[in-house]
Amino acid sequence: MADLLDGILQALWLLVTLDSDLVEITLRSLRVTLTALVIASAIALPLAALLAVRRFRMRRITIAVLNALMGLPPVVVGLIVYVFLSRAGPLGVLGLLFTPTAMIIAQVVIIVPLIASIAHQSLRELWSDYHDLLISMNASQTQRIKALLWDGRRALLTAALAGFGRAIGEVGAIMVVGGNIDHATRVLTTAIALETGKGEFAMALGLGFVLIAMAITVNLAIHWLGHTETEGRW
Amino acid sequence: MQKPLFPLIAKQATVRRRGKVLVGPVDLTLGGQGTTIVIGPNGAGKTTLLKMLHGIERMNGGVLDWACPIEEAQRRQAFVFQTPIMMRRSVVDNLAYPLQLIGVARREARARAAHWADQINLGDALERSAMLLSGGERQKLALARALIREPDVLFLDEPCASLDGRATREIEEILLRAAATGTRLIMSTHNMGQAQRLADEVLFVLHGRIHEFSSAKTFFEGPQTAQADAFLRGDIVE
Repeated sequence: MADLLDGILQALWLLVTLDSDLVEITLRSLRVTLTALVIASAIALPLAALLAVRRFRMRRITIAVLNALMGLPPVVVGLIVYVFLSRAGPLGVLGLLFTPTAMIIAQVVIIVPLIASIAHQSLRELWSDYHDLLISMNASQTQRIKALLWDGRRALLTAALAGFGRAIGEVGAIMVVGGNIDHATRVLTTAIALETGKGEFAMALGLGFVLIAMAITVNLAIHWLGHTETEGRW
Repeated sequence: MQKPLFPLIAKQATVRRRGKVLVGPVDLTLGGQGTTIVIGPNGAGKTTLLKMLHGIERMNGGVLDWACPIEEAQRRQAFVFQTPIMMRRSVVDNLAYPLQLIGVARREARARAAHWADQINLGDALERSAMLLSGGERQKLALARALIREPDVLFLDEPCASLDGRATREIEEILLRAAATGTRLIMSTHNMGQAQRLADEVLFVLHGRIHEFSSAKTFFEGPQTAQADAFLRGDIVE
């Protein structure tokens, strides 16, 4: 109990004093995850719409694989990205290992299947509503995808938020490819792991509360921006 | 001058699903004038027939020939579904969408959409979500959306089912205006009064086949087949 109370007090103290390390780590966490989220959404959302409107031979398998990849173990993703980016690996010349870019790559790999899967579920329903109408109007494949993405945007926001949640709280992969280097690749989750390992529970808890508060704030902000809860059934 | 769209000729056109014949084989020639009303009992295949003629129901046999190339024919027709499909956007965006699909600039598309919204008495609801409209308003919106590209032929699948008298009258007024400007209407209905008001010719469908096809006058005054006669008298035809 004392640890928890201490943690809360310390978290408040860190926040009130705008501790420079804390601010730096938090901003890096946000930057890495938001960048990964934007890239992953740009890949996953059109993919989800394509899977909804297009009938091709590998479609069922692709969907099954995407669903399976939702549960991808982050540590394994980290390992694979590590192998690719390491000196001896195929992308070693880029020198990306132990940089924020490597962490973004790992997070993108982790959340693309998640976002695509959730988005596909809702777009599939929307497509079953729109199917006859859009075909009757002679909409091209691209126009159908655009209509789905635009009219399904609120459901897609939910998918993106799920991706954000998974990415911001992720520790295994970014620890492996980022290395938790102070002032370079340390983010909230890896810092928590480190402080816990050192036995600094108060600091670890403080960082944890900041992480939770941040996740909630970002979610609320995006919901508020998207008016998700205010306009009837969309 | 555009090439004529009609006659539409169907030869042995058939739609099968799961081994069951839903429509056909249908041999039919539709000319370029007037309003064709499709009637028949539930499950006779009216909807499938209309969708097949429109080209959104895959055929399993036979051919369908428009007088012009198929791509052009597809551009020149529209369909109104029994349950109106509302896009999850505002009234004006619903109306403007078909125009935007064919490359009309957004501003002009919305202006023309606003004009149509006035004609269907939804002028004050432009920015309202189409999902919040009543049943009658939805069907009017769907009808206006189908007409906004000024199609040469409009298919309607029981557009007035589950609407009250007033909404039905409004829909019929729009249809009569469209017909007066040369739009070919092909419409199914269960409302015999409506059929008599609108029809120039009547297609009586039974068990997926064209049972009788004649001018409205002939059909309503003296149907050629016993089943059509029974149907008109209000008997249950099976």
